[in-house]
Amino acid sequence: MSHQNDPLIIAGQSYNSRLLIGTGKYKDLEETRVAIEASGAEIVTVAVRRTNIGQNPDEPNLLDIITPDKYTILPNTAGCFNAEDAVRTCKLARELMNGHDLVKLEVLGDQKTLYPNVVDTIKAADKLVQDGFKVMVYTSDDPIVAQELESLGCVAIMPLGSMIGSGLGILNPHNINVIMEDAKVPVLVDAGVGTASEAAVAMEMGCDAVLMNSAIAGARNPVLMASAMRKAIEAGREAFLAGRMPRKRYASASSPMDGTIIG
Amino acid sequence: MQIQVNGEMLQVQDEITLTGLISQLELGDKRIAIELNLEIIPRSEHAETVLKEADRVEIVHAIGGG
Repeated sequence: MSHQNDPLIIAGQSYNSRLLIGTGKYKDLEETRVAIEASGAEIVTVAVRRTNIGQNPDEPNLLDIITPDKYTILPNTAGCFNAEDAVRTCKLARELMNGHDLVKLEVLGDQKTLYPNVVDTIKAADKLVQDGFKVMVYTSDDPIVAQELESLGCVAIMPLGSMIGSGLGILNPHNINVIMEDAKVPVLVDAGVGTASEAAVAMEMGCDAVLMNSAIAGARNPVLMASAMRKAIEAGREAFLAGRMPRKRYASASSPMDGTIIG
Repeated sequence: MQIQVNGEMLQVQDEITLTGLISQLELGDKRIAIELNLEIIPRSEHAETVLKEADRVEIVHAIGGG
């Protein structure tokens, strides 16, 4: 099975790419556009912010560059620290996207860690699902919280690998494994991946996809890193599907031992 | 009259509509979403939505984010 006939399915929609990327922290919109192109991502996150009144009326809009006819736009609730603000932001996002109701819910706990506030995440998820949103939810790597969010009706569970923007990789793969064991919706590692090997690790573990931003935007060459991530995600997925060889304590010769010229 | 737009006070003419406000702010061709006093006002209702003194308007758009 190659990745071409192994689609990622989120809320009934099929995607070929298992790499989702953010659009923050790039030098400019052109670099954002080229990096997204190089990544092969089909789902792209955006933030929702107040429009600057009376400033740069001719400034190009992100959605003129990353267009909803080409990409699935995934508005996030980044910057929200309570359920009410997150729900308001999602409603604004839905209006902004002409009724498109796929959102990335993240309710943060504090500025220092940007760790999920799971209490308010659960509250907001409940309200949003009831209001018809398809909620992809950023959460901690706590399996019980993940189960709760799934039972509320979230369409994807997205535990952090490590703190947002930290690039520390997947610090607790065991918890991610436990979450995946029980989940019936896609599980994505969201946040923490720093480089290509870490993206591959997530995919080899069996994660359905990876969502990242800083690892690409914060690389010395973001466009090249976007390309590296595309390959890492594909390689990791194929390795997962292929099934790794068992680990052994001692050597096992690759060449036959019979018929050697020795003895 | 005075209304609040994105947290700032703004002088507008009495009985201005949301469409009028958008045009005053030169946001006519922008992809934006509007909340009036914490309620979303769909684009289709901008023209008929008349603002009143001290209304609180939020105007948002999409920017880069992860």
